[in-house]
Amino acid sequence: MEIQMQYYLLLGVVMFFAGVYGFITRRNLIAVLISVELNLNAVDINFAVFNRYLYPGELEGMFFTIFAIAIAAAETAVAIAIIINVYRNLSNIEVRNLDQLQEPTETTEPEEKA
Amino acid sequence: MMELTLQQAGFAFLSAVILVFSVMTVTTRRIMRSATYLLFVLFATAGIYFQLDYSFLGAVQLLIYAGGIIVLFVFSILLTRSQREKDPVRRRKVVAGLLTAGVGAVLCGGLLCTHLFGPSQLSEGEIEMHRIGYAMMGTGKYQYLLPFEAISVLLLACIIGGVLIARKRK
Repeated sequence: MEIQMQYYLLLGVVMFFAGVYGFITRRNLIAVLISVELNLNAVDINFAVFNRYLYPGELEGMFFTIFAIAIAAAETAVAIAIIINVYRNLSNIEVRNLDQLQEPTETTEPEEKA
Repeated sequence: MMELTLQQAGFAFLSAVILVFSVMTVTTRRIMRSATYLLFVLFATAGIYFQLDYSFLGAVQLLIYAGGIIVLFVFSILLTRSQREKDPVRRRKVVAGLLTAGVGAVLCGGLLCTHLFGPSQLSEGEIEMHRIGYAMMGTGKYQYLLPFEAISVLLLACIIGGVLIARKRK
């Protein structure tokens, strides 16, 4: 007896909404990023499973998954660069402190009105 | 009485690992443990790909996610260590998160269980490597040279952006 496709999809559902829960509740920027990785991973599983079960002769789902993994890697690298920059300015990476970024640290140049 | 095949046993193990550790990833209070549990989830996902006979995909998942992204996470966790190790949460946030995730999961799960998909069956057999290579490098229909090049430009832009953002201001 084979494994039904729905089991894989339900697995993806649980993983995705675990990521959604983490995205809402976490306050550390890196923890938020980890939750986003969970979301992306669940979607990747769905692509591969749909490809394998519904269109076994094609390669589309697999290529979408490969490109999604590449884009996730790029996104993570840029996000971590931003997070390290935030840490350098604020000395912490709490989400609620992020609005302090807009205040200029030094007021050497006056604001000009165009 | 049906026999438990090897494939079913493997799927049961992998899905148990994914279910447990993906929930623990978002509920544990320590960031470092969260990253470690994410690593377990990514390993199990690679196992799912291997089980579906997508060996190339599983290898990519292991190399990029488990090898690259987790190392980035661990580095940045160590670099941005704050005084407060634990990550406290407020009750309202927890209630909002549980409500959103629960409603969404029930909605999607119900849709999945009631929707009738087309004829679906697991087809055995590995995809030959040269077929993947031709599909990735070809310019015809169902071939992916343009996205491949776009990804390479995106990666270049990410390198430049990462260096620009993270460098030290004088």
